[in-house]
Amino acid sequence: MSEAPTLQGHAADVIVIGGGIVGAACADELASQGLHVLVLDSQRPAATAAGMGHLVVLDHSAAELALGEYSVRAWCELAPQMPDDCAMRTNGTLWLACNEEEMAEAERKHAALREYGLACELLSGAELARAEPSLRSGLLGALKVSGDGILYAPNAARWLLQRQSSRVVQRQAEVVEVQGNRVRLASGEWLQAPAAVLASGIYARELCPDLPLQAKKGHLLITDRYPVQITHTLVELGYVTSAHKGNGPSVAFNVQQRPTGQLFIGSSRQFDNHDPEVDAAMLGRMLRRAMDFLPGLGDMTGLRSWTGFRSASPDGQPLIGEHPHQPGLWLAVGHEGLGVTTATGTARLLAAQLLRTPPPLDLEPYLPQRFIGARAHA
Amino acid sequence: MTVNATTNEHVDLLIIGAGPAGMAAALAAAPRGLSIALLDDNPLPGGQIWRDGPNAQVPKQAQDMRGRLQGFSNIRLHSGCKVVALAGAKRLLLEDAERGWVLSYDSLILCTGARERLLPFPGWTLPGVTGAGGLQALIKGGLQVKDERIVIAGTGPLLLASSATAQKHGAEVVRVAEQASLSAVAGFAAGLWRWPNKAIQAITLASAAYRTSAHVLTALGTDRLEGVRIQVGDKIEELACERLACGFSLVPNVEIAQALGCTVRDQAVVVDEWQATRLPDHFAAGECTGFGGSELALVEGRIAGLVAVGERETARGLWAERLRWQGFADRLNTAFSLNPALKTLAAPETLVCRCEDVRYADLAGHGSWTGAKLATRCGMGACQGRICGTAAQTLFGWEPPLLRPPFSPARISTLACLDEGESV
Repeated sequence: MSEAPTLQGHAADVIVIGGGIVGAACADELASQGLHVLVLDSQRPAATAAGMGHLVVLDHSAAELALGEYSVRAWCELAPQMPDDCAMRTNGTLWLACNEEEMAEAERKHAALREYGLACELLSGAELARAEPSLRSGLLGALKVSGDGILYAPNAARWLLQRQSSRVVQRQAEVVEVQGNRVRLASGEWLQAPAAVLASGIYARELCPDLPLQAKKGHLLITDRYPVQITHTLVELGYVTSAHKGNGPSVAFNVQQRPTGQLFIGSSRQFDNHDPEVDAAMLGRMLRRAMDFLPGLGDMTGLRSWTGFRSASPDGQPLIGEHPHQPGLWLAVGHEGLGVTTATGTARLLAAQLLRTPPPLDLEPYLPQRFIGARAHA
Repeated sequence: MTVNATTNEHVDLLIIGAGPAGMAAALAAAPRGLSIALLDDNPLPGGQIWRDGPNAQVPKQAQDMRGRLQGFSNIRLHSGCKVVALAGAKRLLLEDAERGWVLSYDSLILCTGARERLLPFPGWTLPGVTGAGGLQALIKGGLQVKDERIVIAGTGPLLLASSATAQKHGAEVVRVAEQASLSAVAGFAAGLWRWPNKAIQAITLASAAYRTSAHVLTALGTDRLEGVRIQVGDKIEELACERLACGFSLVPNVEIAQALGCTVRDQAVVVDEWQATRLPDHFAAGECTGFGGSELALVEGRIAGLVAVGERETARGLWAERLRWQGFADRLNTAFSLNPALKTLAAPETLVCRCEDVRYADLAGHGSWTGAKLATRCGMGACQGRICGTAAQTLFGWEPPLLRPPFSPARISTLACLDEGESV
């Protein structure tokens, strides 16, 4: 935290609102480009601390695939420098197929990812059983995506915020109002910088009510420590084909074994539920689903459960770019369940726009303009 | 595989905790004939104070109460059973060694007791170091301490009780270090004429090894405990010993009450003169409403049991007795309040969280329990922060967050009982 008095007219080159994984990655990237960044964080519970830290390339759309692949590559470039407590591992994802429909989806996904150059392979039921013997028998097969990984996001965010400390200053403060590149703190103080970046995840709508973001509540549970029995992150393909389709509450099998030996169990999804309490019935349903896939799980000991909120845009892709109605206010929001995965890519796309350098990917699918109309000219 | 009953259980009155308060509540309520479930996570009723085991001599009063409990066919005792989660209004998810199931109730009395406050100091994680009540429990459970040299440190009458148990089983108690001053202890003892049985207890427990204004500084040893360095007044002494038992008073177990929505103030469940919490049909009695000793717990339990079955007038007749023991509890808590010096015992490298190996220095820079937990994993282990969270509250003033399910570690198959199908 800076002890030097900040000038109200120029708090920094950029003010970043939100010190979660997305805000931290943005601050780090901007600092790498030589800018001085002030990160304001309110220390409220948020998705970075709640989530699974699964680095996973999804392909519901070309845009999702492009940003995911680019971002995971960027994480892998950072990995050698990351401290141990970030618990970064490239353990790969296994997408599990229970039936013919899901196996067809595995094949489709395999072709799509291969075409994009990702290392992946289809496993038969027998190969899957050899790869992950804890899974129930009778699964049809799986798609293995080798480059996916896991990390511990709270520590990764802290590392990104601290490693360029001469250019990234953190301050614990709640922002209560944003007007373009000016922000008002709960203390009443106004701060200004040439640019402000809104990266406060689920809280972004409090400052910018016109953002089309919806909260999707999720539950997680972690077990006691056990010897290694699961090496990949295991996700059911029903995650995409049925379980999380539609708008009702749903659960899908998603398990990883942390480097501590603990099994980390997800997932659930509920719309229009803003209660942070654990919903007992939802937790039970999620665990019942997990036991369907891992029969030995029932006798293992669960230690803690908690909830978190994914901040989702209507098309599932983040909003990255300048707010069409508020010059000087830049958005990095709406990452749904992929904030950790795509934080690195988001940061680079945002920095490219802010600094007018060539972007590494086509910006179009992520621009806020697709939801917020261009400013009407007076 | 363990079995999970799909059928649920319903009782008119559920009592959580079978220590003095819970047993008294069950016995007071039972004559009305309502169905009662009394559950406790220990193998036998009696709580911490009347803990049973191969080396335990359970007092006659406790044996009598246990016998009377067995005489009531409408009391079902669930031993070795813990509360895992709330499962809806007046429904709790329970687990024992065999199964997990949902129990529903009309009325509930919380008698969840208290636990020892353990504070970190250099060496406190060495084998041979335990809690003061912990040592008592271990001895009653069969631990042999014959001819061992034992140092007992911390605060409150529990130190003397623990010392007496150790001596009775052949240990040599070389020091009892009470952190409170002589004037505080003497003032407390001088007031005991109002509670004659307590005065007798105090005399019988007194020990030549007893020192006031004394607290542990360091537990010495490499692979296990070899000695203790103690501050006694303005002098420092070193004593060789095989065991060190430390207890820095008791902390009420309020987690389940808090999860239910009862008001908790000053780390104790808030109740009115009927032992009622702010929730209708939910009562609390004994140490979870504030540390006060077994006599207070017994009378509070009786009042709660009577009120829960509608016998308010009988309950009112017990108010005077409760007041008397509350006076004793108030004196106790004033006399043995913690010396702030105890907050500075830990060295930077002293572990605060034993489950996750988190050092004092790792925590000290953080501003809140949640911030520290996310950064260091403090409190993320099997004790779920019960020990280090309480220590951090004492050391740093951090408010621990509300307990989430599972309230204590539970089998996944038990937690899956929370599934209510599609009716979410």
